[in-house]
Amino acid sequence: MNMLSKFGNLSRRPSDPKVVKSGPKALAPSDMVARKLGWFSIALGMVELIASERIARALGIPGKEGVIRAYGARELSSGILSLSADRQSGLWSRVAGDGLDIGTLLWAFRHDNPKRDNVGLALVLVAGVTLIDLLTAQKVSARHARGRRQPQDFSNRSGFPRGLEAVRGLARKDMSSPASQN
Amino acid sequence: MDAASRLDPGKPIHSLKESGRARSHDAANQAYGRLSMRALVWHGTEDIRCDEVTDPEIEDPRDVIVKVTSCAICGSDLHLYHNLIPAILPGDIMGHEMMGEVVEVGSGVNGALRKGDRIVVPFTIICGECDQCKRKNFSVCERTNRNKNIADKAFGHTTAGLFGYTHLTGGYPGGQAEYVRVPFADATHIKVPVGLSDERVLFLGDILPTGWQAAVQCEIEPSDTVAIWGCGPVGQMAIRSAILLGAKQVVGIDCLPERLSMAGAGGAITINFLEESVVERLNELTGGNGPDKCVDAIGMESHVSFRQPDTVYDRAKQMMLMESDRPHVLREMIYVCRPAGVISIAGVYSGLVDKIPMGQAMNKGLTFRMGQTHVNRWTDDLMRRIEEGQIDPSFVITHTAGLEQGPEMYKIFRDKQDSCVKVVLKP
Repeated sequence: MNMLSKFGNLSRRPSDPKVVKSGPKALAPSDMVARKLGWFSIALGMVELIASERIARALGIPGKEGVIRAYGARELSSGILSLSADRQSGLWSRVAGDGLDIGTLLWAFRHDNPKRDNVGLALVLVAGVTLIDLLTAQKVSARHARGRRQPQDFSNRSGFPRGLEAVRGLARKDMSSPASQN
Repeated sequence: MDAASRLDPGKPIHSLKESGRARSHDAANQAYGRLSMRALVWHGTEDIRCDEVTDPEIEDPRDVIVKVTSCAICGSDLHLYHNLIPAILPGDIMGHEMMGEVVEVGSGVNGALRKGDRIVVPFTIICGECDQCKRKNFSVCERTNRNKNIADKAFGHTTAGLFGYTHLTGGYPGGQAEYVRVPFADATHIKVPVGLSDERVLFLGDILPTGWQAAVQCEIEPSDTVAIWGCGPVGQMAIRSAILLGAKQVVGIDCLPERLSMAGAGGAITINFLEESVVERLNELTGGNGPDKCVDAIGMESHVSFRQPDTVYDRAKQMMLMESDRPHVLREMIYVCRPAGVISIAGVYSGLVDKIPMGQAMNKGLTFRMGQTHVNRWTDDLMRRIEEGQIDPSFVITHTAGLEQGPEMYKIFRDKQDSCVKVVLKP
């Protein structure tokens, strides 16, 4: 039983059921990784928004603070999406964002850049994160997809044992419950 | 009467397991000195687990304890699953569609129920005595919300207590469990006549009267076209209700082929909103007038699609906590409804919605009807219709599973996998 469950128990009546032993977590490992990536995205986005000048200096690309801030906003939205029920979209937007990051870093990985080593390190890190993003996005998408099975045909499920035409409008004649007491 | 009194003092504790009531005792006894049972418990967003919890106990003389024989996962459980309803807490037991056998009766039930009775439990808890209950406005019972002071502040005035929902509606433990305590049980029950299976009557507790109320609120005339947004379980029931109530044309709107095929079987003309324009098709079906009556069987989580840009806008706002609900269906209904028509809302909304075209609604003279279902207002009539074979609500069940498979069933239902329309769990 975790701390939140214990807190929840405090708000209940003495006779209400209380958790004694928790079952296995319902979230799959890929969903939990997606959540961690979502929070990572939000943290990175905040850093890019707040410390864009320091990042630009560290990468040797002064004057590109606006681009870094825009990337920060992108990270924030990807993070929020990755934490939501639509996490597949969030994760794929992270993959697309990774591509943008790699493209930008490759542009900065010039011989005349005095901070070329920092850019190289950043490229390695982003490549690693891209791999995690890609694998997670694939796994989460597969887990939550509707699947390739043909949708079932329920056209034999009318719910009217006596047949549709036999009951059409029947309640107009025999309705006994009050329509409204307002 | 407490949980321990359910034990036969002449039998050793392990005999309960032998008798089929598979319950474990050791951990619960150590922690709380009570027996334990299995239940589906909310632990956080998309994290519902099959936990071992302590048994419910009689708290008030009007309580009964019900051994749950069947329960279901409702579309509104998914709002809790997504953590979109405020004031649900980790450790809360899910479920508000359940039925079973009465196994303990409080001293104040006064013969309304006896041990061994089979009952369906309505999701709205009612006292049967307050002014609203006397008016049959059961979903706004004035007495059953045990967190009335909080609800008064949140809603202006309290509504009824609900099972397995939010602490704003009392925080009553739900029925996706082996046992459930039913408060105010002398009023809060629907007795099941002998010979009717669980599957035929289970949905009297929620989705059947919800669909029925949505249709009745429309005051359907024989010349009416009734358009129903959402062909999930409530939408399916609303379609059948509109047919029973004699609508000239019933239209079901969704994007899932299996649900549209089920809607068609129930007598609806179907519209797949991913393949055609809802507004154009409805106007075509009504000679350009628009549907006379519109039913929202979707609520706060409209499908998000780039074909409907406002849904993307709503989703973004919802994620940033700038809006709690996604009201695309409301906007579309207001736009397409025939002037002087009725908008009937059965789908759940939880809080604040944005960009509702009140100018259109006002100038078109639309009537809005909405609310949680006054379940017991309708159930005598609906039970009779089931007994007479006018309707058999079991048509909607696509999946049946054990309680321990509940967490996986939530995922399958949410992701619309395996053509899932309605899940019934057998504790």
